[in-house]
Amino acid sequence: MARVERAPRPVWREQLARVPWQQLTPLLGLVFLLVIGSMLHPAFLSQTNLFNVLTRSAFIGIIAVGGTFVIIAGGIDLSVGSMAAFLAGAMILLMNVLAGNDMAPLTIVLLGVGMVLVAGLLAGAANGLVITRGRIEAFIVTLGTLGIFRSLVTYLADGGTISLNFQVRAVYRPVFFDSFLGIPIPVWVFAIVAILGAILLHRTRFGRYVRAIGSNQEVARYASVRVERIRTLTYVIQGVCVAIAVILYVPRLGSASGSTGILWELEAIAAVIIGGTALKGGYGHIWGTVVGAIMLSLIGNVLNLTTAISEYLNGAVQGLIIIAAVFLQRGRSGR
Amino acid sequence: MKPNERSREGRDVTDADTMTPQPPTSSQALLQGRGLSMAFGPVEVLHAVDIDVIPGEVHAVLGENGAGKSTLLKLIGGFHAPTAGQIVMAGTPRTFRDSIEAEAAGIVMIHQELSLVPDLTVEENVFLGHEHHRFGFVDTRAQRRATRELLATLKTSIDVTRRVRQLSVSQAQMVEIAKAVSRDVRVLCMDEPTDVLTGRETEVLFELVRRLTADGVAILYVSHKLDEIKTIADRVTILRDGDKVGTFDIADLTPADMARRMVGRDVSDMYPERQSVADDASVALSLEGVTVPGYAEDVTLSLRRGEVLGVAGLVGAGRTELFEGVIGLRPKQGEVHKDGRAVRWRHPEDAKRDGVAYLTEDRKGKGLLLTKGLRENLTLAALERFARPFTDVRKERAALTDAVREFDVRVARLDVPAGALSGGNQQKLVLARIMLTDPDVVILDEPTRGIDVGTKRQIYFYVAELVAKGTAVVLISSELQELLGLAHRVVVMQDGTVTGIVTGDDINEETIMAYATGLRRDTVSTPNRLEVVDGAR
Repeated sequence: MARVERAPRPVWREQLARVPWQQLTPLLGLVFLLVIGSMLHPAFLSQTNLFNVLTRSAFIGIIAVGGTFVIIAGGIDLSVGSMAAFLAGAMILLMNVLAGNDMAPLTIVLLGVGMVLVAGLLAGAANGLVITRGRIEAFIVTLGTLGIFRSLVTYLADGGTISLNFQVRAVYRPVFFDSFLGIPIPVWVFAIVAILGAILLHRTRFGRYVRAIGSNQEVARYASVRVERIRTLTYVIQGVCVAIAVILYVPRLGSASGSTGILWELEAIAAVIIGGTALKGGYGHIWGTVVGAIMLSLIGNVLNLTTAISEYLNGAVQGLIIIAAVFLQRGRSGR
Repeated sequence: MKPNERSREGRDVTDADTMTPQPPTSSQALLQGRGLSMAFGPVEVLHAVDIDVIPGEVHAVLGENGAGKSTLLKLIGGFHAPTAGQIVMAGTPRTFRDSIEAEAAGIVMIHQELSLVPDLTVEENVFLGHEHHRFGFVDTRAQRRATRELLATLKTSIDVTRRVRQLSVSQAQMVEIAKAVSRDVRVLCMDEPTDVLTGRETEVLFELVRRLTADGVAILYVSHKLDEIKTIADRVTILRDGDKVGTFDIADLTPADMARRMVGRDVSDMYPERQSVADDASVALSLEGVTVPGYAEDVTLSLRRGEVLGVAGLVGAGRTELFEGVIGLRPKQGEVHKDGRAVRWRHPEDAKRDGVAYLTEDRKGKGLLLTKGLRENLTLAALERFARPFTDVRKERAALTDAVREFDVRVARLDVPAGALSGGNQQKLVLARIMLTDPDVVILDEPTRGIDVGTKRQIYFYVAELVAKGTAVVLISSELQELLGLAHRVVVMQDGTVTGIVTGDDINEETIMAYATGLRRDTVSTPNRLEVVDGAR
């Protein structure tokens, strides 16, 4: 403390001015929520509660990592919530069929996981190819596939719920509920997906091209970047991320229905935007998206701890935070 | 490109060497700028410049890129507030808070970058913000009539109900001018208005300028084209590096005088000495019956190592589209051979792999990521060299440092966005980008559009350096002087077809224009005839 006092004023002021505050807005928001939460309830900062929050943010967070690529490249994917529901339904049905054939539960789970990854990749590729080859707006195409995936899962479930075979469920449950080295498995998966995503976005040609395309597609094309291929790949990444989220989601409830994953697409987009990624593309980063996803589930958690605001107002608070986050970041891109 | 090619030693050509600048004519001035300075952050780009504009005159503002011309215009037009100095309008000091206040005072600006709304119609654009009303609703019929009349005075027939997006660039420019004239204008500021206009449209513009000045309107006219200024201006204020060199009567200056004062030294040696193409130089690129649907038809031509092949033609002749088709940016039919090998380029990346690079004519729209840094822009086309598999930022920075040195990019800091560079420096950056892919065939599309004389000269010498190393260069240009000064042969296109290929002493303005306008037309069908190269020139 005394050291800071003795240091010449202008130096730390200059250093303070050089901190890119606008870029750090998401992090400051997170700290703000943590402070509020810890003041409201002594158990808020407990390991159990924080892991609980992180675990719950993993679904949206993993999907949002994929969404970051799509949005930075200047696209949007509205179909992720329905895609998750459809993939979950299809995965459970496949595993149930295999269970009827006397297969070992572990093999069944592995086959299910493999199938869902391939299916997610294909679903994303379908979105991407229709958008780039068909030259149709991403908003329109994914609005269409949103409806298609949603009705497919309802059809597969025959209007009801698809439940996972009990023997398989017993083997699969730990994937969501167990911990490794004291940290819940979904948190591990979220962290690994985020780190891989960050490396891909910030340290590879692909990531640079994604940002260039979102910034100005024509410039990228004239600089001999394969714009269509890169844009399609962003949707493939999105599809695989949805599949990973589904792999964590299925063991949690062991069922899927027509109402699985409703509004996940909006939560994922919200996480990306809170994290400082420009909705019009060209700029953004993965760590912001991770912070955004955690913030969204923290809001619900904080509201649960207090009686001052009804938890039914969760959505309203989330909405305000989204708008505030974008408001605080608006200066960066200029007028 | 050596930094010294436009050296600062040349500055010893002083302004007072042959004549004294005119004294200010404050008594009759309609608009005066007194000691106008402008700083962006710590960098002052305009240093205490005085200017006075008399009613009914065309006052040209001349200077290299970055000399402060556009900044001066923006101060007068109310887009920036000067950091020092004053604007005096008809004897009264004025402070404009924004361009709307300046417009209300009668100062209207035509922008270098078009400021029309692409999805509104011509008529809606002309009256945007100044709509005619009738019973509280916009009176579309009156607006359309007025717009038609305005365009008629500009001798331009554009359907006023069309959306601006559907217009050609030159048509949009005419709409921009119509919009400016529709305001009650006393001082009309034009920033490089003829850059995108054809010869005929330029004539119409000049006629309009004369009509406006006859009505007492003053025109502030920024242009790089010296002959144009000689034709249209009454007086000229020359700026260099943010300083005023002087204000002169146009009658007292030849274009060479203007260029000398602007650059600060003699520019008679604009073009490097032309080396002849070696007799045994192999054919680097050849097109046989190439058709780009809608733009170019059945084009056959070839290009040898160490040769500069000029491509001339009027706006809309299909030159850009032809070569965009060749490198795979547009669908095409016909055969392309690179180094004697048949190639099928479906994407610029294919052409890049075969050593062909294309410099776009649209620097801002297709050339640069304006909000991204210089480094990202430089390495975009050759990123595979800097990423195996992870991008090596240090290596990229080193490449940027090298490029800034080699191409003499004038920039105070390397961490600014590309949009912050002046036009000439932006062009050098895009040029550096395409050269980073190590091409041996370089297609330059209007490489000197909208850039200053000094940078132009640097680019010309760079082209000469390239061909000396055996690179083959296609030079698409609307500036005939450039083709005359650099090209070994000139292909002339008109309306999508090649009307002639001129060589040797035939490379002159009359011949090229005759082919470009369709007055002359050769039947160019046998490829053999096309490969005759006159290296003697």
